[in-house]
Amino acid sequence: MYNSLTNRRSFIKKMARLSAMAAAASMFPGILFASEQEDGIPKGANLDWKKGPCRFCGVGCGILVGTENGKAIAVKGDPNSSVNKGLLCVKGYHQTMCIQSKDRLTHALVKKNGTYVKTPISEALDIVANKMKDTIATHGKDSVAMYTSGQSTIPEGYVASKFMKGAIGTNNLDCNARLCMASAVAGFLTSFGADEPMGCYEDIDHADYFITWGNNMAEMHPVLFSRILEQKSRRGSKVIDFATRTTRSSTASDRSILFEPQTDLALGNAICYEIVNNGWVNKSFIEKHCNFSKGLTKMGYGMEDKYKFKDKPEKIDFDQYKAFLEDYTPEKVAKYSKVSVKDIKYLASIYGDPNKKVMSLWCMGVNQHTRGTWMNNIIYNIHLLTGKISEPGNSPFSLTGQPSACGTAREVGTFTHKLPKGVVTNPKHRELAAKIWKVPVEKIPSKPTYHTTEMFRAVDRGDIKFIWTQAVNPLVSLPKTSRYRPAMKKESCFVVVSDVFPTPTSDVADVILPASWHIEKSGLYGNSERRTQHWDKMVEGPGDTTPDAWMFIEVAKRMGYGDLFPYSKENHVEEIYNEYRQFHEGKKHGMAPLEVLKKESGAIWPYVDGKSTQWRFNAKYDPACSNGKDFHFYGKPDGKAVIWQRPYEPAAESPDSEYPFWLNTGRVIEHWHTGSMTRRIPVLHKAMPHAYVEFHPEDAKALSIRNGEKIKVTSRRGSCILPASINERGLPTKGQVFVPFFDENMMINDTTLDAFCPISKEPDFKKCAVKVEKA
Amino acid sequence: MPIKSYLAHPHDNKKVELLTALSALEECEVMPATNEDVLVLVTDTLDDASEELLKAKIEKIKSLKLLAMVSGFNSPQNQQ
Repeated sequence: MYNSLTNRRSFIKKMARLSAMAAAASMFPGILFASEQEDGIPKGANLDWKKGPCRFCGVGCGILVGTENGKAIAVKGDPNSSVNKGLLCVKGYHQTMCIQSKDRLTHALVKKNGTYVKTPISEALDIVANKMKDTIATHGKDSVAMYTSGQSTIPEGYVASKFMKGAIGTNNLDCNARLCMASAVAGFLTSFGADEPMGCYEDIDHADYFITWGNNMAEMHPVLFSRILEQKSRRGSKVIDFATRTTRSSTASDRSILFEPQTDLALGNAICYEIVNNGWVNKSFIEKHCNFSKGLTKMGYGMEDKYKFKDKPEKIDFDQYKAFLEDYTPEKVAKYSKVSVKDIKYLASIYGDPNKKVMSLWCMGVNQHTRGTWMNNIIYNIHLLTGKISEPGNSPFSLTGQPSACGTAREVGTFTHKLPKGVVTNPKHRELAAKIWKVPVEKIPSKPTYHTTEMFRAVDRGDIKFIWTQAVNPLVSLPKTSRYRPAMKKESCFVVVSDVFPTPTSDVADVILPASWHIEKSGLYGNSERRTQHWDKMVEGPGDTTPDAWMFIEVAKRMGYGDLFPYSKENHVEEIYNEYRQFHEGKKHGMAPLEVLKKESGAIWPYVDGKSTQWRFNAKYDPACSNGKDFHFYGKPDGKAVIWQRPYEPAAESPDSEYPFWLNTGRVIEHWHTGSMTRRIPVLHKAMPHAYVEFHPEDAKALSIRNGEKIKVTSRRGSCILPASINERGLPTKGQVFVPFFDENMMINDTTLDAFCPISKEPDFKKCAVKVEKA
Repeated sequence: MPIKSYLAHPHDNKKVELLTALSALEECEVMPATNEDVLVLVTDTLDDASEELLKAKIEKIKSLKLLAMVSGFNSPQNQQ
C-alpha cells in the first residue's frame, strides 16, 4: 500500500495517537475525538471549507473539506449537520487521503492481447458503446447488463436507470444494495407499502430503550452509536444488544443477549407471543390501523439457478395470528434459541411497557438473512402490536449500510424491478417514467430480469455477454466468489469496470474506466433517515478521471440516444436532479429543491411547504396523512399497516459433523466494505492491515489454536487461510467463527453461500457451515 | 527518541484541569475525547532518561487518576 507520509517521525506520532484512540475505542465504544479533525491542517493554511456528506456508511455525517490550491488538505465534521453535530469517526476524518494514492486509476485502460494499454477516455468510451451496441444487435437487449452501487450518486443512479430501462429497454440493472438493503425494502413494502424508515435520527433523543438486533453499531455506525451512548449517560436510556456475537457494541450496552444464528425469527415471534398473552397489545391502534396477513412458507433458499418465487398473501384475523403464536412460547423457543425464558420475557416486557419509548435498530444481521423480509416484518409486528411507531422515540429503525443505498438504490431505483417511482410491473409507474423520460411506454419492459446473484449466474451461464460495473467490487463482495470470479473471466462476457482504484474486479475487465472520486464531482446522496444531501465539486480529479454519470451520458450519445440525455457537462448534476424530482412530486415523497440542499446540510423527504417531514404516517407530523385519523399508513390502499404471520424456518446450511462451525462475516470500523479505499489510507490500513478468523476461546483451546496461527477455513464451496484471533476485537459464540470481508488477499467470500431471501433476493452472508484446521 | 502514547484518565470532573496541566508540558500532545472522560496523550522525548523524567512529572499531576501506556516507539534520529 502507498504511504503518502514522508516525515517518519510525524508518522510515528500519528500511529502512536491512533493506537491510543483505538485502545480508547475498545474501552469506550462510540468514543469520539473532535480535535482529531484539526490534525494535519498545516499551520497558517488558508483553507476554503466546502460542505458535503461523508463518503463512507449510510449514517450520512456532514463533512467540511478544507481545500487549498486545488487540493483537499483536511476534513472535519460539519457542526451545522443535525446528523453528526460536528463529529466524525476515524474513517470520516481520513477519507480524502486515499485520492492521492499512487495506484489511482487516472486513465482508461483497454485490454489488448492480454495487456492493459493506456487509452484516451473518448476512445475507451467509443469501445464500450460499440461493444454494447454490437452485443445488443447480435444477442438482444437482455444480453447486456449494468451493476451499480449504493455509493453511486443520485444523478448517477438516475442516468443508469434511464439509460438501461428507458433508452436500451432492458431491466438488466441491479446494484450492490441488493446485498445489504433489499430485505429492508421488501420489509417496508410488505408491512407499509412504502419504503424507508418512518422516523428519523431525532428518535434517539427521545427513546428510553434501544434494542439493537444483530447490529454492531459501535463499529458500523459509530457516530449514531455515540449519540445513543450520550442518551444513556445523560438520560439513563438503556441499550440492549441482541446478537450472535459479542462486539464493542455489546460491551457498551446495559445488557448483551446472545442467540443461536437464525433463531431471531422464533425469538421475535416469542416477543409477540408475550405481548399478546400479557395483554400488552394496543388494541385501539391495531383495530384502527392494522391488518393481519400470512404468506407462503417453505420457500426454499434460491441456491439453484433461475429460482423463482412469488408470495401469495392471504388475510387472516387476530385470533388466527394468536393461535399461530402458540408455537412460540418463551419456553419452546428457549430450547433452540439458547436464550433463556427470563431474557425473552425481559425483552418482551420492554416493548410491552406502555410508558417506555423503544427504538429498535438493525442492519445486516437482519437483512442478510435467508428470511430477511420475514425478520423485518416481525420487528414491525412488535412495534405495530404495541402501537410504538411513527412518533418521537417509538421507532423501528432500519439502518442502511452505504452512503446512498437509500437515495440512489432505493429512491432512484437501480434494482431490476424498480423505476424512479414505483416498479416496472405497474403500468401506471411505467407510464410516468415514459412521460418524464420522453420514451414510448412500450420501451420499458414490464418484467424484472436478474437480481444480483442471478445476474452473475447469468454471466457464468453465458446468458449475459456484456456487463458494466460502477463503484462496486463484486469479486470481493459477492457470496460464493469461488463461482463468480471464474465466471467473470470467461471469454463469453465483455467486462467494463468503472472505478477509482484497481480491484480484483477491475483485474478481470476488458475496459477499465477511471472514475472521479466523491469530492471530484458534484452530487447528491440520500442517507438512512431519508435525508438528501448535496455537494459541489471540491477539487479536480487527476488525468482523465470522469464522473460516472457523464460516462453513461457519453456512451448513450454514442449509441444514438443523445436526444434523451440533453444535459450539459458543466451542469448535468443539477439538470438531472431537477428532472428526477418530477417523479416524487407531492406530499408523500416530495424532494427538497436543489437551492435548499445547496444551502442546508441536507433535508428530509417528504419535503412539504419548505419543511422536512421527520415522522411519516403520523398526522401530527406528516401532511400526507389524509384519513382524518391520528395515523395513516398511506402506502397501503386501505391506509392500514400489515402484521405478518411469519414462522421460524432453519438456515439454508447449518453446521454438521463434516462442517461443524457457523461462519459469520462482516465489517470492522477501520475499513469500508471491500477495503479498496480505506486500505489506501495509511493510518487505517496500518490499524487493521489484514483480515482474521475470530474464535471463541473454548473452541480455540479444544483445537489447540493459538492467537495469530494460520487457519484454513473451508466450506463446501471453497477455502481461505487467515490468522486466528482469540479474545481480540470480537467474541463469537461457541461453535461460531467470524471473519471480516474487507481483505482482498483473504477472500472469505470464496466460502460463503449464495442462498438468499426468496422475497427480497438478498443473500445471507451471516450463516453457512465451515470446518477449520491449522494451515 | 522515544514516542509513547497513553490513555490519561482524570479524577471526577477534573478533565479540563488535566488537559490544561498536560498541555503545559512541552513534550506532550494531548487530545481529549469529546464524549468520554479520557484523554489521549502522546509524548515525544529526546531519550529514555528524558522520558522517565517527563513521566515522573506527569504522575505528579493531581487531576490525573490513572495513566495507561498504549504504545511505545523508538525513532532513531537519522529517520526523523
